[in-house]
Amino acid sequence: MKFSERWLRTLVDPPLDTAGLCDALTMAGLEVEEVAAAAPPFSGVVVGRIESVEKHPDADRLRVCTVDVGGPGRLTIVCGAPNAAAGLLVPCAVDGARLPGGLAIRRTNMRGVESQGMLCSARELGLSEDAGGLLELPATLAPGRDLRQALALDDALITIKLTPNRPDCLSMAGIAREVAAITGARPALPAIEPVRIDSDATRGVRIEDEDACPRFASRIIEGIDARAPTPAWMKERIERSGIRSISAVVDITNYVMLELGQPLHAYDARLLAGDIVVRFAREGEQLTLLNGQTLDLEPDLLLVCDGAKPLGLAGIMGGEHSGIAGDTTTVFLEGAFWNPAVIQGKMRRLGFASDAGYRFERGVDFALGPAGVERATQLILDVCGGRAGPLSDITGPLPPRNAILLRSARATRLLGVALPPDTIADVFRRLALPFVRQGDDFIVTPPSYRFDLAIEEDLIEEVARIHGYDAIPTAPGTHLQQMLPAPEGTRGVGTLRHHLAALDWQEVITFSFVASGVEAALDPGGKPLAVLNPIAAQLDVMRTTLLPGLIEVLQTNLKRKLPRIRIFEAGRIFAREGLAQPVRIGGLAFGPADPEQWGAALRQVDFFDVKGDLEALAAPLSLTTRSLPRPWLHPGRSSELMIDRKPAGWVGELHPRLVRHFDLPSPPIVFELDATALSSPPLPQGHPVSRFPAVRRDIAIIINENIAVQDILDVLGKVKPASVESLRIFDVYRGPELPSGRKSVAILVLMRDTQRTLTDEDSDATVALLLSTLQDRFGATLR
Amino acid sequence: MQDDGLNAILDSALADFAACTDPAGLENAKAKYLGKAGALTTRLKGLGQLPPAERAAAGAGINAAKARLEDALAARREALAEAKLAAQLGADALDVSLPGRGRGTGSLHPLTRTLERIETLFRSLGFDVADGPEIEDDFHNFTALNMPENHPARSMHDTFYVDGGMVLRTHTSPIQIRYMETQAPPIRIIAPGRVYRVDSDATHSPMFHQVEGLWIADDVSFADLKGVFSEFLRNFYERDDVTLRFRPSFFSFTEPSAEIDMRFGDGGWLEIAGAGQVHPNVLRMVNIDPERWQGFAFGMGPDRLAMLRYGVDDLRLFYENDLRFLRQFA
Repeated sequence: MKFSERWLRTLVDPPLDTAGLCDALTMAGLEVEEVAAAAPPFSGVVVGRIESVEKHPDADRLRVCTVDVGGPGRLTIVCGAPNAAAGLLVPCAVDGARLPGGLAIRRTNMRGVESQGMLCSARELGLSEDAGGLLELPATLAPGRDLRQALALDDALITIKLTPNRPDCLSMAGIAREVAAITGARPALPAIEPVRIDSDATRGVRIEDEDACPRFASRIIEGIDARAPTPAWMKERIERSGIRSISAVVDITNYVMLELGQPLHAYDARLLAGDIVVRFAREGEQLTLLNGQTLDLEPDLLLVCDGAKPLGLAGIMGGEHSGIAGDTTTVFLEGAFWNPAVIQGKMRRLGFASDAGYRFERGVDFALGPAGVERATQLILDVCGGRAGPLSDITGPLPPRNAILLRSARATRLLGVALPPDTIADVFRRLALPFVRQGDDFIVTPPSYRFDLAIEEDLIEEVARIHGYDAIPTAPGTHLQQMLPAPEGTRGVGTLRHHLAALDWQEVITFSFVASGVEAALDPGGKPLAVLNPIAAQLDVMRTTLLPGLIEVLQTNLKRKLPRIRIFEAGRIFAREGLAQPVRIGGLAFGPADPEQWGAALRQVDFFDVKGDLEALAAPLSLTTRSLPRPWLHPGRSSELMIDRKPAGWVGELHPRLVRHFDLPSPPIVFELDATALSSPPLPQGHPVSRFPAVRRDIAIIINENIAVQDILDVLGKVKPASVESLRIFDVYRGPELPSGRKSVAILVLMRDTQRTLTDEDSDATVALLLSTLQDRFGATLR
Repeated sequence: MQDDGLNAILDSALADFAACTDPAGLENAKAKYLGKAGALTTRLKGLGQLPPAERAAAGAGINAAKARLEDALAARREALAEAKLAAQLGADALDVSLPGRGRGTGSLHPLTRTLERIETLFRSLGFDVADGPEIEDDFHNFTALNMPENHPARSMHDTFYVDGGMVLRTHTSPIQIRYMETQAPPIRIIAPGRVYRVDSDATHSPMFHQVEGLWIADDVSFADLKGVFSEFLRNFYERDDVTLRFRPSFFSFTEPSAEIDMRFGDGGWLEIAGAGQVHPNVLRMVNIDPERWQGFAFGMGPDRLAMLRYGVDDLRLFYENDLRFLRQFA
């Protein structure tokens, strides 16, 4: 809502300057978003009347004007504007004037003729972009009058950002009412009297759905001059509210909407056939609106029709065929109340908005229709002449305004400040809310213009708002504290993040929506969830892994010549099935394994560097691998990750096809782990440590190349006796002295008993058992 | 006793010892005097040829000389060992100014850092941390928050829609609902997370973060909201010149509602949170009796808090992931 401060001050004039007024509005919940000057600073510009225009003797394009600026003398001014003409009133900058931007106007010689000032265009005064010629002023202004006063340019244009609950402030009267309540100033709203009835013209109105249209006020005005100009003061007010001046009747309906908050519609009565009917649209009907758009009407759209055709979308926009034209002589004026529920959502669906619809969907004062019509009628009669017919006011079930109980004690408890009932009563009086006091409690009946007051809390907010949020104390927070549970067997994503960062991984945060093209490249069979209204074409699906974001970060940073990139992200991924949204931790390592440094050879990061970090991250949970190809990973250099034997993610080298697709200089190692799988490390249990020495035996076996070491460890883990403390691989060797297709694996067996020192016989027996298992299961031979 | 010969041997031996520069030379020098055919040993062997009356005195003299030589020898041995160690230490010396070896260190994203800080501060006030889905249904994102379909308040949210009639949550408030659906009061939580709105410029990202707060108990009031939030901001910024301004506003799920602005010193006001007393309709929606329980909720923008805290003036930097930028927050 944008409005002129001067206009507001004609309705209520608190003793506050512009800044103070704006601050008061903001602190009462009517947030002032912008304050702009109606005109930039300038001085020394007066109203001038051009008395004569003559050709400049020495310049084809210049003319010499004689200008009356109010005094006995006349100014001679050289001017190049095409519209300079005798009799015109224009802005005249006199000697010593300062124009916007600091330009000083002096007497000056222009090709042999002394110019004693300057005639100005609207652009030269910063009033608009119009530089087409001199600004033509209303003929009623007196020459010599200061232009700032003559055009009321010392005005502020205030824009307030209204919250959806306060449609009552979408008018000057509403804002004035609010300012009066906040500041205590007395409001002076325009008195609206019924006009004189000089005509008996009427038109029947039939409402088919009274719930959709609980009120329809209307009137016929005959014999108007639709070409009469809009008065300057009205034009100024609506233009400063951001509405273009069109013609007197349309301007008047807009003016009354701005002034009182009642949207009105004016029809050319010539174009109406029969009675007015308010009804919902029928299947197959069409309507072309004022904005030129033709709609196929759906049956939930409410229409204003005549006997033959739809005239307009009720409360939203009129049709193009029934509007006021220059030769209109009879006007049918409508001031209705439309049920907000009928209007809500329609403009969004249809893809356009109107000032009327904006108001009706939030709620317009349902008592206002007749007053709006009366006010507009009076203005039409004043400006365009004519004869008013009788007012028709059809009412159905208007919205109830139920009495609301406000308990002082409840207000005090909710706000945390003691509010004496007298204070509350004062607030209600300032807000002009009708109330009955019952001891410390109040019964309030909200007025017709307040759609936001329905329950006790709404009234408590009003009390707090007018009393001032600043007047509510800041509680010291002395509430009883309760210790939060801190489950030790739970490891949050935060802990995992810190661990990865300590392992030399940099956290990144990427968008959850990614390019469908990238998803398809990574997983040609995948079906990511589509975003139906993406903000950009390359953010059109929800990610199914964290990879798209990580690869994009890799590319971004490769462009910036970073040689070594180790990044991770913790965030949700999104699956179509069941809309699963698990939190994953994904990472990407590219370039050297370690930072380039002295005393260490540069080596590219590989699968086992990353796997080692993930083992460290998972500990004390055990992380194991299992073959399970994924389309985006190198099939021979990747694996599924298992945490405590359950699938928990994957790790591997990016598939060579994708390395080419993303134009990467070398393959990154990528991984993703389910955060939940890592979230429950067991609570540690202390056991006595054996006092007896450990026995170490190394077993070196030769097995087929294709046997996974994990399988060997899994099998040995199942058969080992209790005395085996740990089994570890400490060497894997391939060489010419081995049969082709075979590899040597060295296994460290650490044995210990808690009760006694193990004998050689014990150890021998254990090793023999392990070896025979390896021979049986894997065809291993002793090396 | 005077035995010039013995003195000469002593002098000669001490001089030889002193001249030795390594342990092997010293052992050779020792043999020359104390070995089997050494000068002093020869003297000892010659004692028997002396008249018995002189033997005792001569013997004592030789033994005293021998003891002196042994002492000198030990001292010289130690000196040589010291010198050797000193030489070794010198040779061992490193250029300790060379950097240490090993892997580098990563760091957390500045927004994570900020969220952790917020969590820590609220935890110290007894707020637990809750979480919820980012793809939400209409009920939890809007309806349960007192925003029925077509309510004009929905127009304050530029919503992303996904397949299946779901939305990307436009705020963290649905987590309030999900938490209250399963937990009975008293409730004290914060809920940080990603949220989504169709908006993109220097101060808006289509994905950003919010932290929701909710405290429901017997008598948690608007004054408590002011107290908790003021306390939080002073501690978050570690400054005493943080001023807050609560001004009336509208959110369908709080009543009364407030917009919270802050500023440092005399600086300009910055909008950082929306808040208010939880609307009774919201409490009823999750079967909590609004006559029995009451409290406040807030939703703040941690991205904005981080920008102010770390002097970042463009929100997009947080989501661009230029590692040179991110590493500044190590």
